[in-house]
Amino acid sequence: MSDILVSEQSAPGSGGSGRPSGRLLEVDDLRVEFRTRDGVAKVINGVTYHVDAGETLAVLGESGSGKSVTAQTIMGILDTPPGFVTGGQVRFHGKDMLRMSAEERRRIRGEGIAMIFQDALSALNPVFTVGFQIAEQFRVRRGLGRAEAKKRAIEMLDQVKIPNAKGRYNNYPHQFSGGMRQRAMIAMSLALDPEVLIADEPTTALDVTVQAQIMDLLAELQRERQMGMILITHDLGVVADVADRIAVMYAGRIVEEADVYDLYAKPAHPYTLGLIDSIPRLDEKGQQLRTIKGLPPNLMNIPPGCPFNPRCPMAQPVCREKVPPLLQVGPARASACHFAEELVNRV
Amino acid sequence: MSENILEVNDLVKHYPVTQGVVFKKTVGQVKAVDGVSFGLRAGETLGVVGESGCGKSTLARVLMNLEKPTAGSVVYKGQDISKLSGGALRRLRRQIQLVMQDPYTSLNPRMTVGDLIGEPFEIHPEVAPRGSRRAKVRELLDLVGLNPEHINRYPHQFSGGQRQRIGIARALALRPEVIVCDEPVSALDVSIQAQVMNLLEKLQSELGLSYIFIAHDLSVVRHLSDRVAVMYLGKIVEIGTEDEIYERPTHPYTQALLSAVPVPDPTQRNNKTIIRLTGDVPSPISPPSGCRFRTRCWKAQEVCAEQVPLLEIRRDSDHPSACHFAERREIVATHEA
Repeated sequence: MSDILVSEQSAPGSGGSGRPSGRLLEVDDLRVEFRTRDGVAKVINGVTYHVDAGETLAVLGESGSGKSVTAQTIMGILDTPPGFVTGGQVRFHGKDMLRMSAEERRRIRGEGIAMIFQDALSALNPVFTVGFQIAEQFRVRRGLGRAEAKKRAIEMLDQVKIPNAKGRYNNYPHQFSGGMRQRAMIAMSLALDPEVLIADEPTTALDVTVQAQIMDLLAELQRERQMGMILITHDLGVVADVADRIAVMYAGRIVEEADVYDLYAKPAHPYTLGLIDSIPRLDEKGQQLRTIKGLPPNLMNIPPGCPFNPRCPMAQPVCREKVPPLLQVGPARASACHFAEELVNRV
Repeated sequence: MSENILEVNDLVKHYPVTQGVVFKKTVGQVKAVDGVSFGLRAGETLGVVGESGCGKSTLARVLMNLEKPTAGSVVYKGQDISKLSGGALRRLRRQIQLVMQDPYTSLNPRMTVGDLIGEPFEIHPEVAPRGSRRAKVRELLDLVGLNPEHINRYPHQFSGGQRQRIGIARALALRPEVIVCDEPVSALDVSIQAQVMNLLEKLQSELGLSYIFIAHDLSVVRHLSDRVAVMYLGKIVEIGTEDEIYERPTHPYTQALLSAVPVPDPTQRNNKTIIRLTGDVPSPISPPSGCRFRTRCWKAQEVCAEQVPLLEIRRDSDHPSACHFAERREIVATHEA
């Protein structure tokens, strides 16, 4: 956590174990565009972040900020076309996954990096039982027999605290409630003991009481297994509860990265500040909410300079001319704002 | 302020569960709303919170008379809405309008914004004579913070937040007194959500509207509401002023719900205890006997299975709470500044 992204330098084409950086998973200057009939949308414009064993990185952003597309690229499940990776690396144990063969990537998926999705009902296959879908991994990937695979699947269901796991083994996804389905999906993604878990809005579709149960479960499983976790979300409340570090995304870029305490206490980017100011809080009867004016940019036509400049209350002429790089603004934090220093040092 | 503009008395909405194709027989009832009473005062906002399946959206539909209630009444200024039909109902509908959750599916993609917002005038021509309608629509667009020049655009040319503004403009077209908002901001991003919430507040103070604000997000509801009703499985379990519900809740369900809301402040991480509810909400087809929350409640005793707790002011509570053992408990992460 001592050094921040910008000091990281990539060794292009190394692709091997030549320079073990010690990082578990690194995304380095990733660029992705969507080529559509209407034009080219630049969805990811140089995203760099990393996650280590046992830590939780929250990727925070609104819809269209590119947080999910980054995750899809890491997993190798980006729809191509329309999505194309146009630059950058995704290194797992120092090895660039974007240069691997499909077979190599397949081996990492599940065992190295696994992912859970927002909508468990559409992520699970409706025509197979939940138990079968979990056991399938043990049979195909671990070469276990039918009975042994079933036993292991029931153990997994038990671990995610599904009551009566044995009886539930033969249930179909539609027979599960929303929270149970999310548990089943967690069981499935953890079956092969991955080192990194990517959770894409895992609780957005759930009620608050169930959300609390699922977040607890994830935290507990992460602690036991010392997994690295990337939590993708738009919910500033959930992030404050579980994250170690936060990367804030806007228009396909990381605009701020910081320790969770620093970020809430003193945001170093006007967008982060705006976000924190614009949420109503349970523990305060607020007056008028402060808002961020305007709308996120059209990704086919990102404004020149800082992409946030048309909405930014601090914007100066320089913001319309120069794209601010993500620079270190203190120990273990970085911001992509020309005036980051002033923001951090303000009283 | 104290005069109730809308009164809901013991409202019940059951949906039959049927079996068979040709010879349908009713095998049960989904008790979506099961005995709900409250009053809405002129100019106030009543928040309705609850988890999915608690009946809050059905309540909205019955209030609008989009569904006939199974029993009970919705009285607007002395008239029972659920008993009206035809012209009388149409006239009364002018006064109560609905803002829906999903700004993507609630607007007809083939109609321009001008047609969408002007459509209510077709049904109620007395509000705006034909010639003045375009001007009225422009006024409305301006009122909700949209550019009046965009009157000829189609819904797909707008973002989610702007579409929600169109929905609000349409609800305002007939100058109603009551607006029922069913999850109006839950489909929006945080930065846009704040804009729409501010707009709703501004309109309320400018036009003197009363809101029934239905949402699952407790923070949003607190921000906008004067009074709050908490629903669980078709019943109101606790009702009171915003302060009473959020600072001094006495029903275990309200307490659990509030404790589970993540607070966007990492320094509060270890300062709050979350009350963990186990299990899921029971099916509204066969709700538990007695108190409906007892299957998930840590305080449940025998009496809870036998007697339905009434929504009334209790010994340890300054506002109505439907729990046999209502008592205060320090749970909300109150902010010490």
